[in-house]
Amino acid sequence: MSKELIRLKDVSMTFDDGVTVLHDINIYFNDKEFLTLLGPSGCGKTTMLRIIGGFQTPSSGDVIFDGVRINDVPPYRRQVNTVFQKYALFPHLNVYENVAFGLRIPREGTDSNGKKEKVKLSREEIDARVREMLEVVSLKGFEHRSIASLSGGQQQRVAIARALVNRPKVLLLDEPLGALDMRLRKDMQQELKRIQQQMGITFINVTHDQEEALAMSDTVVVMNEGVIQQIGTPEDIYNEPKNAFVADFIGESNIVDGIMREDRVVEIFNRRFACLDGGFGKDEPVDVVIRPEDVDIVSEAEGQLKGAVTSVTFKGVHYDTIVDFYGFKWLIQTTDYCPVGSHIGIKIDPDGFHVMKKSKYSGMFGDYSSYSEEYDEINDPTLLEAEEEGNDDED
Amino acid sequence: MKTKRAWFAFPYMIWMALFVVIPIVIMLVYSLTVDTETAAGTALEASFENYTGMALYMSVFGRSFWLALIATIICLLIGYPVAYLMSREGPGFQRLAMALIMLPMWMNFLLRTYSWMAILENNGLLNQLFQKLGVIALYNRLTGSNIDHFQMIRTSGAVVLGMVYNYLPFMILPIYTVLTKLDVRLIEAAQDLGANSVTVFRRVILPLSVSGIVSGVTMVFVPSVSTFAISRLLGGGTQMMLGDLIENQFLGGAYNPHLGAAISMVMMVIVVICMLVMNHFGDGEGEAVML
Repeated sequence: MSKELIRLKDVSMTFDDGVTVLHDINIYFNDKEFLTLLGPSGCGKTTMLRIIGGFQTPSSGDVIFDGVRINDVPPYRRQVNTVFQKYALFPHLNVYENVAFGLRIPREGTDSNGKKEKVKLSREEIDARVREMLEVVSLKGFEHRSIASLSGGQQQRVAIARALVNRPKVLLLDEPLGALDMRLRKDMQQELKRIQQQMGITFINVTHDQEEALAMSDTVVVMNEGVIQQIGTPEDIYNEPKNAFVADFIGESNIVDGIMREDRVVEIFNRRFACLDGGFGKDEPVDVVIRPEDVDIVSEAEGQLKGAVTSVTFKGVHYDTIVDFYGFKWLIQTTDYCPVGSHIGIKIDPDGFHVMKKSKYSGMFGDYSSYSEEYDEINDPTLLEAEEEGNDDED
Repeated sequence: MKTKRAWFAFPYMIWMALFVVIPIVIMLVYSLTVDTETAAGTALEASFENYTGMALYMSVFGRSFWLALIATIICLLIGYPVAYLMSREGPGFQRLAMALIMLPMWMNFLLRTYSWMAILENNGLLNQLFQKLGVIALYNRLTGSNIDHFQMIRTSGAVVLGMVYNYLPFMILPIYTVLTKLDVRLIEAAQDLGANSVTVFRRVILPLSVSGIVSGVTMVFVPSVSTFAISRLLGGGTQMMLGDLIENQFLGGAYNPHLGAAISMVMMVIVVICMLVMNHFGDGEGEAVML
């Protein structure tokens, strides 16, 4: 795409209590890209963001910014600005003064003779830049409103304006949409993408919401347990997950044990299927991902595999149908209604299989036996919220 | 729901009426009357005499407010840094520091002030120490004077010291409370926007702790203005303050409750005005403390 801007080299982070949250991270961030660090609570994504922002110094490894090592540069000297989780707007200042905060601070610069001096922006310049930025985030006319009188979405916009008005090279966003309701979140996803393109700078976004990551990013970095699991475009991450963790975390996946009999032939449930993957050893045990939408339901006689429907949930666009195949429960998303107890067959096209090497996550994910419980968890906002709070303390 | 629970406030309202509102009304009546001799005995007669005659005590008013102001400023200068440092430390240190700050308060107020007398007296602990260390001899040689002790007790300095010592916790605690509640993310946000530690303090921490400062100032200034034990014990009668003056009108030799009531009323009004001015700076959060 374009040139490299930030690089983390062998970065590890161990906290005082002995907990290691990042293990030998190696990653680079390109200029002008929208990159998302995606992972569950406690995976180290926020810590990584705080290391780039300068709020935490890594235990080992280097942070390189534009070719210069910046491990020991304090946050206020970095060309990076942050949109904080829950925004951290200054409650004693109005919208205008919040946005102007960074501009009112004299910067170190050099005068015409190359001597170091403090540079202060003129009142007119500050005013022009604040108003321009409020227009970018569609908050014109809110200048004199107090922070407390704003809605969550408006506060979000002030936080973005406050960070961007300083013309950083990189904007860090820490769960920026986490506190917004679903509808607003969708709107802000588009909005953030638009602002990023308009400003032409790098956005590094942290989230646990895989849908948000796929919708906004040029590049997605999936993390778990302090280790980068996969880096790629949203399409790569979804279609070619590297291991069972990524496959399960991004979207819905049925993950079954298989054996790669030869290139483009995979065996599951003792049946051989044509697939598009190759490059594995002969008879190598593998994990096979089948996305719920890639499964066609046919009559029992026509089916490559046969099973019984154990539960059906209407989801609007489709039915979430759980089918028991030889004791392993699959999630199938289909527009055809199959009543509970009916016996069906399924067909999977070769491009419906994705074969992955075995990893430490094999066997941990992808079975829908406990499906209903899992869904309750996902749909219970208080649980998610509590998880997030816990994450805060940890980081 | 709201109206049903209103009766929970009745005990407090009755208490306030009996012991705050009615006494103030009585004081007001007293301050606006004088005793007159009639054939039937003494009777009350309406008069502004108590207020018009108060000019005599201007110096006492001036001293009270001046010393209380100095004590408040010193408390703020000492208390703010203490509260700030405490709030930045770990929970273990915070508990220890809090215990140390509260420790003197477990002892009786008068006992503490008497202890200061013993320390500050002409042949008290401090002067004896200075003698032993040769500080007084050194002072005599340097200035060519001939003293055998420093005059510490019975000075305005001793009174201010007593006020600072007794009321400092009331400055530290509200500021500490506000600072511990301050969101660390705000500090990080300011750093992120280019503020070094001085700027972070000036532009974020200080403005956000104003409500604590207002509470602290109120809680130090008001009792300082009206104190009488400290000024009597440590000022030794040379530093008469409003509290002493008022006490003298009710219990002392100058017995004149009407004048005492008038002085109290004027003091109250001035204090209320001071607090209103203070609250103007502090989002009105200190108002609760004032009442």
